[in-house]
Amino acid sequence: MSSLSTLAKTSDRAFPFAAELMGVLSIAALGVLGFLLFPDDLAFLTRLIGITLLVLSLDLVTGYCGIATLGHAALFGVSAYAVGNACIGGIREPILLLGVGIVAGAITGAISGALITRFRGLPQLVLSIAIGQLVAALANKLSSVTGGSDGLSGITPDPVLGLFRFDMFSRTAFAFSLIVLAVVFVLLLRFVRSPFGLLCRGIRDDDLRAQMIGAVVYPRLVIMYAVSGAVAGVGGALNAMTAGVVGLDSVSFERSAEVLVMLVLGGAGNLWGALFGSVVFQIFEHIVSATNPFHWMTLVGLLLIAIVLFAPRGLSQGVVVLWSKVFRRGGRP
Amino acid sequence: MTDLLALDKVSRAFGGLRVNENISFRLAPGDRVALIGPNGAGKTTLVNVISGGFAPTSGTLHLEGDDITRLNIPARVQRGLVRTFQVTRLFATLTAADNVALAIMQRRGLTRRFFSAATNAPEVRTEWEQLLGTLGIAHLARITVSQLAYGQQRLLELAIGLALNPKVLLLDEPAAGVPHDEAPKILEAIERLPADIAVLMIEHDMDLVFRFAKRVLVLANGRLIFEGTPQAVTADPEVRRAYLGSYADARRPA
Repeated sequence: MSSLSTLAKTSDRAFPFAAELMGVLSIAALGVLGFLLFPDDLAFLTRLIGITLLVLSLDLVTGYCGIATLGHAALFGVSAYAVGNACIGGIREPILLLGVGIVAGAITGAISGALITRFRGLPQLVLSIAIGQLVAALANKLSSVTGGSDGLSGITPDPVLGLFRFDMFSRTAFAFSLIVLAVVFVLLLRFVRSPFGLLCRGIRDDDLRAQMIGAVVYPRLVIMYAVSGAVAGVGGALNAMTAGVVGLDSVSFERSAEVLVMLVLGGAGNLWGALFGSVVFQIFEHIVSATNPFHWMTLVGLLLIAIVLFAPRGLSQGVVVLWSKVFRRGGRP
Repeated sequence: MTDLLALDKVSRAFGGLRVNENISFRLAPGDRVALIGPNGAGKTTLVNVISGGFAPTSGTLHLEGDDITRLNIPARVQRGLVRTFQVTRLFATLTAADNVALAIMQRRGLTRRFFSAATNAPEVRTEWEQLLGTLGIAHLARITVSQLAYGQQRLLELAIGLALNPKVLLLDEPAAGVPHDEAPKILEAIERLPADIAVLMIEHDMDLVFRFAKRVLVLANGRLIFEGTPQAVTADPEVRRAYLGSYADARRPA
């Protein structure tokens, strides 16, 4: 990560918005690539983008603040249900629905963050699982709001900007999601390099040291959790709007665990890592599960073991190391 | 009231173990005070009590006349009570520059900014460049802390302390673990500290104590057994018995 941030810094001086431009171009390129690879399966790519937002959201708390959580799907799911209900209740404007998701996610994030960041280490992890399970149980029981195990269906948002109808081939859904992802990614690139983002990384490195420079740690972590919730909320909102249904899977423990795996795969503490981890994992899973429906989990497991062995700090760091070896730039910045 | 820092009958116990007992002393602006004592005398605990890591079991602390006994760590730092650590505590994955910049931005109240680029704000940048320059580590600015040598990390620890504009600076063995040839740099940095701040330094190395301190406090078994000039401390029979007898052992191997 250090070498990545240094790369970003050197390019910073050459051109002030280099990192942001890089972000937009990369996501556009990924979008085009996805469209070429899976032209008939834009629904899959749209779902992938929703989950990618959840992985980015997880990176904010786990990667940048060092908070271990296995309940992050709760933020995604609550927003998805909130957006679903809002849409059924009459708010059909997609941008407005995104706003509903952001607010719902931020509130859920602030509340769960206020609890989770009170603790450290294993108690923190267990608490995050407990919150995740609580939300999952509520989603199952409150069937008047969530549709229970049948899921919440009948979510039909209006055309985007009144022009682009959500079509059955998911073209609008895909383009809309991709643009939203690009906007969020660029904002986050800026956010993690801000003084606030730097302080969060400092808190992750050494909590007591952060206090000893005069920083009050707890409220910072709660704010970060709320921001993370807002990002997860964007993902949840996109998921609800583009799929038209919200199911129990969106708050499930498996979802929480899977996004953590994607983050570790790509490299925590680095937005690019979160982005690539999520994309690589989901495409791999998509292809392998289609070609070998019985043993695909085994192959996913093997992939993870290979990553941990050969690039323990994630794909993104592995690429950086490989890059510097190939071009003989040396390890030190 | 000219005292910057005042301790009155401060005690700290862990269960039945009284680590600090009835400690009172004053620090005035410009003070250079060394705190010495054998291992286990309670020196680091005392620094923790002053900096807010532990609440005292009894007694009071005042900073510039204000009672700070119940204030938490960040509140004390914001008032200018700053410490460094015996074993370096730095932001290991950040660069040296970011470590110092973070302290500067925190002091200036900039860490509530969510969208400005972190270390490139010109006023912050000039300040960390100057600080690292004074300590002779400007060339290390862009290197990640975990890749720095220990002596360099000690200097950076000092830089962070200074970046907070302390009124009272507590140095917990600033030269501990520093390779012999780098120790003079630390000492030079300490001698160049702003004249108007009060410095309390825990140190084992008596040569360093004699060079630095105008006043010496001796702690033994949790009690303050001596307060006076460095010259007087060597003459005091109680101090000799409690501590200086082991002076030779306490000196760091070269």
